[in-house]
Amino acid sequence: MNLRDRTAIVGFGLTPYGRRGEFFERSQIDQIRECLDVALEDAGIHRCEVDGFCSYSVDSNDPGMLAPALGIPNVNFSNLVFGGGGGGTCAAIANAAAAVHAGLANVVMVWKTITQPPHARFGAAYGSAMVAANPYSDFHRPFGLVSPVQFLALLVRRHMHRYGTKPEHLAEIAVATRRHAMRNPKALKREPLTIEEHQSSRMIADPFRLFDCCQENDGGGVVLVTSAERARDCRQRPVYIMAGAQGGDALWGHGLTMQNQPDDLYASAGHAHLARRLYAMAGVGPKDVDVALLYDHFSGLVLLQLEDYGFCGRGEGGAFVADQGIYFEGGRLPVNTHGGNLSEVYLLGMTHVAEAVRQLRGTSTSQVPDAEIALVTAGPSNLPTSSMLLRR
Amino acid sequence: MLEALASIHPDADTQPFWDWCAKRELRFQRCDSCGRFRFPPLSGCRHCGATAAEWVRVAGRGRVFSHTTVAHAAFPDLRGDVPYSVVVVEFDEAPGARLISNVVGIDPAKVTVGMELELFFDEAAGIVLPRFRPVGR
Repeated sequence: MNLRDRTAIVGFGLTPYGRRGEFFERSQIDQIRECLDVALEDAGIHRCEVDGFCSYSVDSNDPGMLAPALGIPNVNFSNLVFGGGGGGTCAAIANAAAAVHAGLANVVMVWKTITQPPHARFGAAYGSAMVAANPYSDFHRPFGLVSPVQFLALLVRRHMHRYGTKPEHLAEIAVATRRHAMRNPKALKREPLTIEEHQSSRMIADPFRLFDCCQENDGGGVVLVTSAERARDCRQRPVYIMAGAQGGDALWGHGLTMQNQPDDLYASAGHAHLARRLYAMAGVGPKDVDVALLYDHFSGLVLLQLEDYGFCGRGEGGAFVADQGIYFEGGRLPVNTHGGNLSEVYLLGMTHVAEAVRQLRGTSTSQVPDAEIALVTAGPSNLPTSSMLLRR
Repeated sequence: MLEALASIHPDADTQPFWDWCAKRELRFQRCDSCGRFRFPPLSGCRHCGATAAEWVRVAGRGRVFSHTTVAHAAFPDLRGDVPYSVVVVEFDEAPGARLISNVVGIDPAKVTVGMELELFFDEAAGIVLPRFRPVGR
């Protein structure tokens, strides 16, 4: 027994996309309300039906405050996923699905918002006041390894050494993603980008240049999950949750910050463990996936995830993305058709879920014809991270 | 280098590593039960789950497993330090344990995977940190 196709995403809502710090003066609950109202309207569900609450990444808005502020009468289920930044998005949705399937809740809202104070930039991570130094950060922080871009650069550098992956392959990802963003009126970065412009942009942490890095933004989203049965009476075509997986190989451990993964796991995104469980639960394989929304905090991690999810062999990610291999028209696999974190907006994974739902409803601005199955991943990071398969 | 970050916050599991550094020795835990090295310091072995371990000294020859040149300062206090080289170092004497550190005495752009390194101890703000130079520099 598993939860395959027993539950569905029936609605979503997003805030406007803000620059870093733009919404700092707004309360997070106010943003969550805005998203929830859009999601309820999208789904055709009344707020009184919502009775479950799931979030991730040390969210500070607990249901005890949220429910009364949002006019929701009952709190029947609540859950928060451990882990870093955007790692828990799909885990939170799978937990919502599990709660609904188990009868613990009727309609679960999954939410996440990010509002960045001017004095403590999220991307500075262990260098900022937002993350306290601790006994384990002592093994990287004093050596100037403080930010996700730096940790993940080390994995991609090793991949380049082992498999001959080139900086131009990273550029292919940034350019294809930008081309998707140029088709999406809501995307924040819509100026044309060439391979050459990518290659001459300033270095951040070798091999990652400026255009390999996601944006930093303010905003958020809410996703509504309910039973497949209830979903069939909702306003939109249901998007069924085929499978969800969270966690990872224990030897990945604090992989991102400790860099002690076994060699075969090191030059990866740490998602192969999730991929195996996901495909087994869904009863499908990589060839069945029509569109992939792969968490792109940094370009190179898209390449590594393509290998982890079996779209190509280990070490073949460079060849896979070459010649615009992830562009939605003529590519080998359409990836991040909304423009991703790199070019659309960075809202800790909520926009990847939203785009998967659009693709399966047939409403993307870079629509994959007859898309039936979508893969969504959350941020490769310390464990737990997560992913899910959705179908129309 | 990186004076703005020269502080440590040990707990009971990690304190021995820093005590050895203060004595100018680099030591890693080796599991008494399965014989494998573990790092960072942990109270249990990630391979077999046993707890007892011995702190084994490595002489200090290492090799670059991966590296990055940090060109953009993550926050303003590091602006005087960029560009700097962060390396992940592996040791023949302690397979399976890798140390994050810095290489000095070389243009960061010239650091390569596989480069042979030599350990030295760098004292800053009362903290003794293991750092590296290319062999022969």
